[in-house]
Amino acid sequence: MVPFNILVAVCLAYVCLLFVVAFAAERRAEQGLARWLRSPVIYTLSLSIYCTAWTFYGAVGYAARSGLEFVTIYLGPTIVMAGWWVILRKLVRIGQAQRVTSIADLISSRYGKSNLLGVIVTLICVVAATPYIALQLQSVTLSVGVFASETPEGWALPDQGATALWVAGGLSIFTILFGTRNLDANERHHGIVMAIALEAVVKLVALLAVGIFVVWGIAGGIGDVIDRVNASPIADWPLKPARWMGLTFVAAAALLALPRMFQVMVVENSDERHLATASWAFPLYLMLMSLFVLPIAVVGLGTMPEGANPDLFVLTLPLANGQGKLAMLAFLGGFSSATSMVIVCSIALATMVSNHVVTPLWLSMRQGGVRAPGDVRGLVLMSRRVSIAAILALGYTYYHLSGGSAALAAIGLISFAGVSQILPAMLGGIFWRGATRVGAALGLSVGFGIWLYSLYLPSFGPDGLLSARILAEGPAGIGWLKPQALFGIEGLDPLLHAVFWSLSLNTAVFVGASLLTFPNPVERMQGLAFVNAFDQDPGVRGWSRGGVEAEDLLTMSQGILGADEAQEFFQAEAARQGKGGFLPETTPEFIERLERRLAGSVGTATAHAMISQFAEGAAVSAQDLMAVASEAQQILEYSTQLEAKSEELARTARALQEANDKLKDLSVQKDTFLSQISHELRTPMTSIRAFSEILMDPELPGAMQQKYAEVIHEETIRLTRLLDDLLDLSVLENRKVQLTIKAANLHDLLDKAVQAASNTRPERSFVYNRDTAAEHMPVITDTDRLLQVFINLVSNARKYCDAERPELTILTRKRGGRIIVDFIDNGTGIPRESQRLIFEKFARLTDTQRAGGAGLGLAICREIMVNLGGNILYLPGQGGAAFRVSLPVKPESQQSAEAA
Amino acid sequence: MGRHVLLIEDEPHIAEAIRYILTRDGWAVTSLDEGGAALAAIRREVPDIVVLDVKLPGRSGYEILDDMRADPALSGLPVLVLSANLPREVPAALPGRGGLSRFLAKPFANADVLAAVRQMAGA
Amino acid sequence: MPASKPPKFLARNSYRRRRMIDAARVLPLVASFLFFIPVLWRPSETPEPDTARGWIYIFAAWVVLIVAALVLSRLLERAGRGADEVADDAEGAP
Repeated sequence: MVPFNILVAVCLAYVCLLFVVAFAAERRAEQGLARWLRSPVIYTLSLSIYCTAWTFYGAVGYAARSGLEFVTIYLGPTIVMAGWWVILRKLVRIGQAQRVTSIADLISSRYGKSNLLGVIVTLICVVAATPYIALQLQSVTLSVGVFASETPEGWALPDQGATALWVAGGLSIFTILFGTRNLDANERHHGIVMAIALEAVVKLVALLAVGIFVVWGIAGGIGDVIDRVNASPIADWPLKPARWMGLTFVAAAALLALPRMFQVMVVENSDERHLATASWAFPLYLMLMSLFVLPIAVVGLGTMPEGANPDLFVLTLPLANGQGKLAMLAFLGGFSSATSMVIVCSIALATMVSNHVVTPLWLSMRQGGVRAPGDVRGLVLMSRRVSIAAILALGYTYYHLSGGSAALAAIGLISFAGVSQILPAMLGGIFWRGATRVGAALGLSVGFGIWLYSLYLPSFGPDGLLSARILAEGPAGIGWLKPQALFGIEGLDPLLHAVFWSLSLNTAVFVGASLLTFPNPVERMQGLAFVNAFDQDPGVRGWSRGGVEAEDLLTMSQGILGADEAQEFFQAEAARQGKGGFLPETTPEFIERLERRLAGSVGTATAHAMISQFAEGAAVSAQDLMAVASEAQQILEYSTQLEAKSEELARTARALQEANDKLKDLSVQKDTFLSQISHELRTPMTSIRAFSEILMDPELPGAMQQKYAEVIHEETIRLTRLLDDLLDLSVLENRKVQLTIKAANLHDLLDKAVQAASNTRPERSFVYNRDTAAEHMPVITDTDRLLQVFINLVSNARKYCDAERPELTILTRKRGGRIIVDFIDNGTGIPRESQRLIFEKFARLTDTQRAGGAGLGLAICREIMVNLGGNILYLPGQGGAAFRVSLPVKPESQQSAEAA
Repeated sequence: MGRHVLLIEDEPHIAEAIRYILTRDGWAVTSLDEGGAALAAIRREVPDIVVLDVKLPGRSGYEILDDMRADPALSGLPVLVLSANLPREVPAALPGRGGLSRFLAKPFANADVLAAVRQMAGA
Repeated sequence: MPASKPPKFLARNSYRRRRMIDAARVLPLVASFLFFIPVLWRPSETPEPDTARGWIYIFAAWVVLIVAALVLSRLLERAGRGADEVADDAEGAP
């Protein structure tokens, strides 16, 4: 017998192990060492959340009651996995191409990015999953109870509620910690997947161990087990053909439609080829999980005392035979099954709730609409965290209210039947272009309604949520509306009855309404993209150029993706078009990709709504529709090729255009450079000449003499500085500069820069926002030159920032062997058309400030950074003027020397 | 009478020098350091001559000159244009005929400024 | 110019691959067939106990299926590598 407190200690240790594993996986993924985290084995193991505590404990109980029928729950998924090439491969391909975040998102995206459908699917999933989560809590509570009570098969618990509460609380913390680190639901949750894979191994090993012990430890081997089966109450297989096939079908449907399965199978999938491995490895896992179920049930029925709960045989059999450690392992197996299911399920549901309910609501209630969304990222993360906690609280409440009733035992199948209502809309969506939004919405609603009425509500028992009278006589005495005997068909198994009516009416309404309604253009385009997911490129674009400013899009995207990621994405897109900087051309192609990227964070419908605020009225062009309508594959293929070519041409043309512009600019620049030099030299010269002539006037009073001599002195210094700058620039431009490489602390350099710049407009109070802790990092470079750049940027901010309370934010970080320093002020920034110019010589934008240099500062900065192996860029969309300095942690030459 | 100069120049030191030169010769000098308000100031001050820099914040000297010439009330006002740009960039014919506008390159001799102002204002 | 129609006769590799794909499509039907056979036995109507026999049958069928899926996925992968130049999914939508 294992003492209760040791059980608690082992449990805690196990949870700590999970935390460590999840944390380590996250760390490795961050460091880019995640290759093995994305192996097909891990993928297959993560699918094992299909096997919940219902499998681990319940399957034995199920077998003890109905013989072999329990295997249907695992045969269904086996059939689906064996047919991966037909359905799953397509789902995964679509999921990746469209950056689908959840099953609700898949449906919403397919049917014209309709949020209504997202809401319906979310509702179905939450309603179906809540009792299922309660079931997991119950199983943990019961299994703890086995250890806590005096007798192994006892039920009484000191405090059942407390156990469930602890488990629910702990799980929500774990899930929030590791499930909401990235906003992008489309990115992999490495920590969680790793923890789940570990749990998958634990539960398999535990069940196999118990099975082996039962077959060879208690019984005398396979032969003996078969004899015992033949002697047991379940010796004759009461196979009911309809139930056998119906349950297999429902389980197959559930594998595709359960939100948690969709999460691990499609959303977390990192490589389509993993499916090929999972196609045999996951059935193998399921087979091993069910292999010993029957022997355990039979031996349990034969050896355990009358009235022992067969649902707990996995635990009580080893305990009754004095195998405390084995029982502990079995307990951990059950614990793993329950926790992994709850974790993934709550992540999947929270993603749906936040993307399809909270965010759209918030955006529609907010003033200014989606145009200026502000910090959507924070909102979505917060709503996801709250949703996780809320879903677990819902599960706990359900458990608490139902009081762990026996009704829960059947809830697994009820839940399966509920989510399988999504199947028609899902399969119709990926295989039939004619499926429409109205059809999907009606079909889903009808199916969901019938399921609620005929299966879900009656499951609470007579006088639970439906009165016994309605159950027995139908509402208001209408016999053919009796929940468990619709349309007068009596005597059918209630589960089959509900599945039959709900799914067949669901499908009929879905198909019928789809045939009768006409899809809108976005639906038709999405339909094409889904059904023809394997064509290289359907060649249909949802957006035409609508005069969107890339900078506006960047500002919005930063609110959703976070500044770093948005900037990286925009930079990469610009580079793809052959452009430098952060602002790509707003081509339809780019807008489409941006929309997908945003959809990965906030869901398709919301992303679409946000983008359409900018590209409004330009959603679908006549040409696009022609392409949709055209059924001729040849034309489509041909035009795709043409498009690819013209795209290539457009890219080259864009690059050429830019080079040409640059050349033209250069020659103009050369002329203006001379004229500007002349102007900059002549201006101080004018003062000097005029005042020296004045000084020649013998009648000039002494005080004036003194003053004018000072002016001459000042202007001479200005002249000298200008000449110095010019010389400096010419040396830097010719790359003949001698660098003095030293090591320094970046923090000290920034301190010095702020100090040195303080005599620029010293009368202004200026606030610096710095994260001094992050600044402490070594940098090996020509520190004097780098300091020169910093001083220039800080004093520019002091000089030109036109905010009432000027502030300068300095952000530093290290990324991929480079140091990045951003200088962001809160002024009005630099207008788009000037952003390209500011690094040119004499490109001073205003003339109001004469105090500074001649407009060579940023040109010199740029040259210095190039000489240091780094660069300086203007960072648009930050609210104010923003400059990004980046340079290697140590000089390139030194790095390569060390590498050699 | 007839000795009022409006000086539009943004470089404070140059403005100070010209003011000294002209004041010493008995001119009343009003100065302005940007181009945006130039036309309004010209209408308000009614000077006898305008000394105008080309590169000004707000508006360039040439723009101001064009506007003056387009305005019948100001088209006859003499303007002395000062510029530090290369002489070849100066428009060959400054707007305005009959010696109403003249160009002087920076740096200038003080005597030249004085002579030009005297001659153009007809004093 | 690329051919406007897929070629009628394919190289040996591509032909193999197509047939492998056919096999992959048929596999779920085979699985259903194997798993639904017990329905025909009507085990509850026979006098002798059937549960043990059913247990052995189901798991044997399961193992056969797993092995078939394993072999097929390996073959598909190999064929896929060998015949990359063939448009991956000429078969696309049904």
